[in-house]
Amino acid sequence: MKKTLFEKIWASHVVLQAPGAPAVLSIDLHLVHEVTSPQAFSGLRARGLKVRRPDRTVATMDHSTPTVKVSLPMLEPQARAQLEMLARNCEENGIRLHAYGSETTGIVHVVGPERGLTLPGSTIVCGDSHTSTHGAFGALAFGIGTSEVEHVLATQALLQHKPKTFAVNVEGARRAGVTAKDIILAVCGELGVGGGTGYVLEYRGSAIRALDMAGRMTVCNMSIEAGARAGMIAPDDTTYEFLARTPEAPKGAAWEAAVAKWRQLPTDEGATFDRSVTLDASRLAPMITFGTNPGQAIAIDQPVPGGAANEKALAYMDLEAGKPLLGRKVDVVFVGSWTNPRMEDLRATARVLEGRKVDPSVRMLVVPGSKQVQRDAEAEGLDRVFRAAGAEWREPGCSMCIAMNGDEVPAGKVAVSTSNRNFEGRQGKGSRTLLASPLTAAASAVTGVVTDPRTLLGA
Amino acid sequence: MPKFDRLTSRVVPLKVDDIDTDQIIPARYLKVTSKEGLGPALFTDWRAPGKPGAVLDSDEAKGCEVLLAGHNFGCGSSREHAPWALCGYGFRAVVASSFADIFKGNALKNGLLPVQVDPEVLERLHAARAADPSFSVTIDLETQELTAPSVAVRVSFPVDPFARTCLLEGVDELGYLLKHLPEIEAHERRP
Repeated sequence: MKKTLFEKIWASHVVLQAPGAPAVLSIDLHLVHEVTSPQAFSGLRARGLKVRRPDRTVATMDHSTPTVKVSLPMLEPQARAQLEMLARNCEENGIRLHAYGSETTGIVHVVGPERGLTLPGSTIVCGDSHTSTHGAFGALAFGIGTSEVEHVLATQALLQHKPKTFAVNVEGARRAGVTAKDIILAVCGELGVGGGTGYVLEYRGSAIRALDMAGRMTVCNMSIEAGARAGMIAPDDTTYEFLARTPEAPKGAAWEAAVAKWRQLPTDEGATFDRSVTLDASRLAPMITFGTNPGQAIAIDQPVPGGAANEKALAYMDLEAGKPLLGRKVDVVFVGSWTNPRMEDLRATARVLEGRKVDPSVRMLVVPGSKQVQRDAEAEGLDRVFRAAGAEWREPGCSMCIAMNGDEVPAGKVAVSTSNRNFEGRQGKGSRTLLASPLTAAASAVTGVVTDPRTLLGA
Repeated sequence: MPKFDRLTSRVVPLKVDDIDTDQIIPARYLKVTSKEGLGPALFTDWRAPGKPGAVLDSDEAKGCEVLLAGHNFGCGSSREHAPWALCGYGFRAVVASSFADIFKGNALKNGLLPVQVDPEVLERLHAARAADPSFSVTIDLETQELTAPSVAVRVSFPVDPFARTCLLEGVDELGYLLKHLPEIEAHERRP
């Protein structure tokens, strides 16, 4: 039988499937962070259980960590307690921890790929809905709740119902100024915030194949914003070239054997999906959201749509239907989060900022995804471009993506953000978020208003 | 896990579609290390007078165990703090026309029953609550039925049979997984 990429990984990880029960799915890699794990470790302890496979568990500190250099005792007490508890839980259970302040720290979905822990054909879970990011490598990766974190800690397996399959075909060549972020915002706009519920998305087509790994991670990261727990892209030479440069991917003969196995993963010719949709990348413009969920996305040069479904969102955003978003005053610009925190994103940002200044009325934060990205960016001199333009160059972390660490957008203020969620208050109580690409974010920082990056890039 | 079999309760209406878990409980409340005590933070940014969640603090909401929501309830972040906060407030069931995947799974693991009904039925329930604040519904997990005799509603709702058994017996899934550890270990040894 012809199989999809998802079906192949699913089949090879189902331990058993009893009638009337969900499948028992074997988990290859469990990523853990400070916010969604404390109650899971406590539950484990209460049952007298230990972590079954600490060798398949990797922890990072990222959600509530500051992006300015501060020592742990200086942190606010709650965040500090959470970080200390994670350190203790990892110590007790023999789990490797990429701790705050260490040289290999960073946000969990950046560290996994950059270390070479994220491998094609594997199952990866984390108590975080953006675990879908790892699907960019042809892995089945999805977010879980804290109860499930406890299940995986205890057994290295999960109970799961088999999701349906959804092919998202993106064909054609992108125009200048249009990025992976614009592709995924267009997909969210097409499907709506709940359109992918119950499905695993497979992104296919020439526009997806043409993306580098950073772009593929940006796309897969936001699968959950269309309601899909997982999004995936078949591995190819782009994937293998990326992995070959990572410190922890298999080496030597093991590498050759792994690649030979991974080459069997892509969806078979003629395999069928439960649903499919096709987008023409050559017709896409830079995209931006206008509302309070990521499905409320439009081409940046389009007027704000009206209708009853948008009414509540427009009131919150203080926008008027039928009016352009272009030219709207911007107060804060955030480049970072695990949607756009990688070198490619920082280079795109620097391309716009080089020789320009951030408008004095705008506060701009640039937050690298990991210590590694920070070092690479500084070696390339990108930090100097950001600082010269008047942007703040920060320590790695989730920062304004979730606004748990003190990096916040003030109430009523408008942010153009490269993160993944524009929910009410997501970037701070009362904050108003417009999601966009790093190019659009940087262009808007320079002018102080929502700006089509193509006008600055001469595209 | 608390048992769930049957409940009859008045309802708290929150007729908004695509309610995300950041609204149910904002990220600034996630710095806790326990599941307890999150009830007061439920919908905290929506509870000011004039906002859709102000009803949560009304006299009519006191003792209510059922939240009547909209479409695609619980989208966004995977935070299990969302069902913890809903349970902390006192809810034991959420009635909506659809649920986000991760939220649904998290709710079921905490004894909070997601009850999915057709949009037309949901509309009728909201209308009944708008007309009468003492309007109540009965949710029976054994028969998988939601009934509201005052407005002649009797509908069945879907529940995964495995989750249903766990809820009826008040046991969680981890026991089942632990029972199958030998198979899980054998699977890991496969080449």
